[in-house]
Amino acid sequence: MVEIASPLGTAFKPGRHGKPDGAPGVIVCERKPATIVQVAAFSGRETAVREALVKAAGLKLNGKPGAGVVNGSRAGFGVAPGRWLIADDKEGLAGSFAKAIAHEDGAVTRLTHGRSVFRIEGPRAEWVLAKLFAVDFSPEAFPVGDAVSTTHHDVFAAIQRVGENAFDLYVFRSFARSFFETLVRAGEEVGCEVKA
Amino acid sequence: MRITCPHCGRRDVAEFTYQGDANRLRPDPASTDQAAWNAYVYDRVNTRGPHREFWQHSGGCRAHLAVERDTATHAILSVSYARDSDTARAGRRP
Repeated sequence: MVEIASPLGTAFKPGRHGKPDGAPGVIVCERKPATIVQVAAFSGRETAVREALVKAAGLKLNGKPGAGVVNGSRAGFGVAPGRWLIADDKEGLAGSFAKAIAHEDGAVTRLTHGRSVFRIEGPRAEWVLAKLFAVDFSPEAFPVGDAVSTTHHDVFAAIQRVGENAFDLYVFRSFARSFFETLVRAGEEVGCEVKA
Repeated sequence: MRITCPHCGRRDVAEFTYQGDANRLRPDPASTDQAAWNAYVYDRVNTRGPHREFWQHSGGCRAHLAVERDTATHAILSVSYARDSDTARAGRRP
């Protein structure tokens, strides 16, 4: 397996940021999935593609907008009508999707090189994210597994709730450094622990 | 001002991009009718009240939407996918 490089460079500063005392309100780390892949269905072929995807990925994705699943190191969710984003800690998933999804039904696009994924977790994760995004992060409106596509000042972000107090944020890799700094800055108020 | 995207739900207008008046229809591309092209490019009814327009949820699911908006109050009266709009159904480009 090739080593996955981080685009963060010197912007990645492990340790405590902001409020120095007490337990950290949020813990931020960079996840480095070996596969990030988008599957898109052509018009009218959404159900066929979703069923093929469910079979190939082993993720029970229903057709509801924004619905998703987290299954260990593999996660998937709907990002748009007829479009899903799947991430896995192992390589090879994109190839099996390409085999499972017929050319006339949809398209499989490898995005591993094009996205960065940050995980924010902790008791104040909802609070910190609510500073950045105009989205309701309460568990009632945003249950575990579900995802939203939104933006922070034109930086596109797909956000999936992966646990009670944990979220994965997928951003374009070219914005990763700037966005990561913004995220840590937003977390300083509650004490932000950046982990390697 | 908020728009309820059929896919993403209620979102701030900052996530959306205006794509123009949904009332006009592009003339047949083969047409050489100068008056029709002039009207298509320049004439706007400048409605006060309910107005049909295209938006894109560019900061979200990127779907193209047909929105009816009250230009006097900014109330959003209806939202649907643009592909389901009368313009799209007529097989015409906006």
